[in-house]
Amino acid sequence: MEDMSGYPLELTGENIPMVSFKKVRKSYGSLTVLDDLDLDVNAGEMVSIIGPSGSGKTTVLRMLMTLETINSGVIYVDGKPLTHMPGKGGKLVPASARHLHERRADIGMCFQHFNLFPHMTALENCMEGPVQVLGLSKAEARDRSEELLELVGMIGKKDQHPSRLSGGQQQRVAIARALAMRPKVMLFDEVTSALDPEVIGEVTNVIRKLVSEHNLTMLMVTHQMGFARDISDRVCFFYDGKIEEQGPPADLFGKPQRERTQQFLSAVREAI
Amino acid sequence: MSLFEFVMQYWPRLLVGTGMTVAQFFLAAILGIVISLAMGLLKLAPSRPMRAFAITYIEIFRGTSLLVQLYWIFFVLPLFGFSIDKFTAGYLAVGMNIGAYGAELVRGGILSVPKGQWEAALAINMTPAQRMRRIILPQALVNMLPPWGNLMIELLKGTALVSLISVADLMFETKQINGSTFLSAQAFGAALIIYYVLARFMVTPFMRWLERYMARKMGRA
Ligand SMILES: Nc1ncnc2c1ncn2[C@@H]1O[C@H](COP(=O)(O)OP(=O)(O)OP(=O)(O)O)[C@@H](O)[C@H]1O
Ligand SMILES: [Mg+2]
Repeated sequence: MEDMSGYPLELTGENIPMVSFKKVRKSYGSLTVLDDLDLDVNAGEMVSIIGPSGSGKTTVLRMLMTLETINSGVIYVDGKPLTHMPGKGGKLVPASARHLHERRADIGMCFQHFNLFPHMTALENCMEGPVQVLGLSKAEARDRSEELLELVGMIGKKDQHPSRLSGGQQQRVAIARALAMRPKVMLFDEVTSALDPEVIGEVTNVIRKLVSEHNLTMLMVTHQMGFARDISDRVCFFYDGKIEEQGPPADLFGKPQRERTQQFLSAVREAI
Repeated sequence: MSLFEFVMQYWPRLLVGTGMTVAQFFLAAILGIVISLAMGLLKLAPSRPMRAFAITYIEIFRGTSLLVQLYWIFFVLPLFGFSIDKFTAGYLAVGMNIGAYGAELVRGGILSVPKGQWEAALAINMTPAQRMRRIILPQALVNMLPPWGNLMIELLKGTALVSLISVADLMFETKQINGSTFLSAQAFGAALIIYYVLARFMVTPFMRWLERYMARKMGRA
């Protein structure tokens, strides 16, 4: 058992980060995917995660969404522990299902393959969480959902099932579905990777709009360097389960300090 | 006597028998569906005893003959103090038997729903029960409808065995008519045709309709 005495029950002080990974380690069997990860994301910040395949980018988001458990360390969201909860004796203990359910409400996620519910229309996809989980009335949930479908430009297709929508349209509905839960933190895992090139723009434009008009905290894994450079407050370059280098996009893309970052960026540029 | 003349003469009894067969079919189907769902879910439960219970049930009812199960329920259970009338014993045995087969279909249907659906449902913070009921089961149902069609035909055919504990179904009436008239070819010929019509012109079209209806709900049609 890990000694938890080094981890506070709650983060205190001014400017508490919205998301805080503290010495988080994740392994699958003998394969260590993330090693002692320390990463803070401030409220309202847009942080992009880039890096080679297999470097652990998706895993970071999945741990935060509680789709994966962690092996050691603690993740805090909005100052409160997510992966743990205060136990007897004033130390953190692993979170119960109930604690996870409570804390997960702060986080929303969009997936590479959209994962819309195929048996529901676009509108029903968005209303499902608000009605079933938040306990909103149908009318309230519908208003909220329609507003968000409007935001992502999908109100005209609200009564269509996902099978009738293009990839870009499905992804925009998926963004609306996640936003309908009013999360504080939004996670995007390569949300444009499964899209045809000509529709990538309609999804990135929605994310741009979120960045400029909403005070969401966002973590985005992407292979689109230009997009990451445009909209991020900070870019983290992951290599082999660690943050090799991070900084403002102008610095990281303009004058990368580490050799691996330079290699990765030039390899990506050649590919384009 | 031609088959036509036979039917013209004996149709009231054939009709009563068919009515009983349909009643046994419906009750056994409802019971079978409920058991399938329960056992299919139990077999996927996180708890070991629950899984063991489902596996045992499925093994027993799939591994032994329906006729023996029927005789157990009707003739043996009363020896332990559980007396069941023949009508109930009939659909109980058939339904419990079909439930064991249906459980595997339910389990397979649930496992066929992509992992991403569970994850998306978790990402909007649905509880495990909500995820199952609202997201997974509806999709699993669509995936498993085609094999359910076959199972329902098996169920219909299986109900003929209840005649052996004297439930007055189509098979029972047919045998009675045969016993008193010795018109075997006509009697069993008529039964054959009626079972076939029930299966192919009622059960199958209904299942097809259900498949189309569900496909429409999924926005696929
Ligand atoms: N469920 C799992 N079981 C075993 N290994 C896994 C599992 N999920 C991920 N991994 C491994 O963890 C490592 C990191 O995976 P991750 O998906 O986080 O990479 P990534 O940076 O998102 O890569 P990509 O750019 O290809 O999406 C990889 O080596 C991967 O094979
Ligand atoms: Mg990935």
